[in-house]
Amino acid sequence: MNHLLRPQAPISDAGWQLLDEEARERLGAALGARKLVDFSGPHGWDYSATNLGRTRPLGSPPREGVSGRQRMVLPVVELRADFALSREELRDADRGAEDADLAPLDQAAHQIAVAENVAVFHGWEDAVAGITSASPHDAPSLGETAEHYPGQVAGAVEMLLCSGITGPYGLALGREQYRRVVETAEHGGYPLLDHLHKILEGPIVWSPGVQGAVVVSLRGGDFLFESGQDLSLGYDSHDADVVRLYLEESFSFRVATPEAAVALRA
Amino acid sequence: MGFDQYHEPPEELPAVTRTFARLCASLTEEAEAIGWYEQRIALERDPEALAVMRDAQGEEFKHFAMDLEYLLRRTPPWREIAQGILFQSGDIVEHGEEAEAEALDGDGPGAAGAFEDGSLGIGSLKGR
Repeated sequence: MNHLLRPQAPISDAGWQLLDEEARERLGAALGARKLVDFSGPHGWDYSATNLGRTRPLGSPPREGVSGRQRMVLPVVELRADFALSREELRDADRGAEDADLAPLDQAAHQIAVAENVAVFHGWEDAVAGITSASPHDAPSLGETAEHYPGQVAGAVEMLLCSGITGPYGLALGREQYRRVVETAEHGGYPLLDHLHKILEGPIVWSPGVQGAVVVSLRGGDFLFESGQDLSLGYDSHDADVVRLYLEESFSFRVATPEAAVALRA
Repeated sequence: MGFDQYHEPPEELPAVTRTFARLCASLTEEAEAIGWYEQRIALERDPEALAVMRDAQGEEFKHFAMDLEYLLRRTPPWREIAQGILFQSGDIVEHGEEAEAEALDGDGPGAAGAFEDGSLGIGSLKGR
């Protein structure tokens, strides 16, 4: 048994399978950042830091005639979203109920996915340097209406090209911006989504938590997500009515090429 | 280059399944190479050429073992069955039947999770 303590939960094998599948489905839809950045790992729960390959000098070495340096690492961060499920609902699922209420799991999955997106794209104070905060480019406004989006996205792509950043490019859109894109047709009925695809030559990704939009290069090597423990369902405790579970992950994120992204303000 | 390792539309497959399929294809290729070297070595009479081919076959042994270990780490039931068969003395078929029965008895991975680390196995979603 590992640190997730799953075998201690009063949940049947079929119940765990149901919860895993539900979590996987919900997370897969909302984990926008993972659709655009490089992923390595998972390295396990006991993995604590990413090697940065850098050092800092140390003063006052313990012996005259020698110098000292300290290796620098980037510690992983942990995200955890707790939730509780009704044991009655889980018993019904074991009986074959197709409509078991797993809403608390769905909400937790959405919350942790949004948290991951925010950390990667906008950063997490003192812990993660996000893509938009690292970008040296001006962050132009996306515009009031979706009709302005192609011009602004094309401008962002041109900024990346001017910096020598090749494509293809991907576009992360916040919830409101994504909704506007998919519901908009331009003059002549041409879907805006297709127009943006042609400009980017890459995916347009629903990324809840993103403020506005972010254009990133997908050439690889620029944005590095390193997973310790990949997203997992763990057991916390239970009583007669509910079982308390959590979704958890550990990761580090670093921007190797700050100029490989352009933020577009909402 | 073809994409024969995919039996289903790759764009519909999760990234972890695509990676799994790549390693399965790699495992097959290494096994084929081992068999080809075995045939060449059986016929070759030049000692220097034989030494080169034996060295090359050794590389394929290593590649095959690494591919297999990667796949087993991500597939607990497969790993469990393999543990019951590999490096055991005695009747291979008997071990296989016993290991299969033990590993596949039940409704699925359940509390152990589908992946060795207990995670949901989401991994990279780039390109999806």
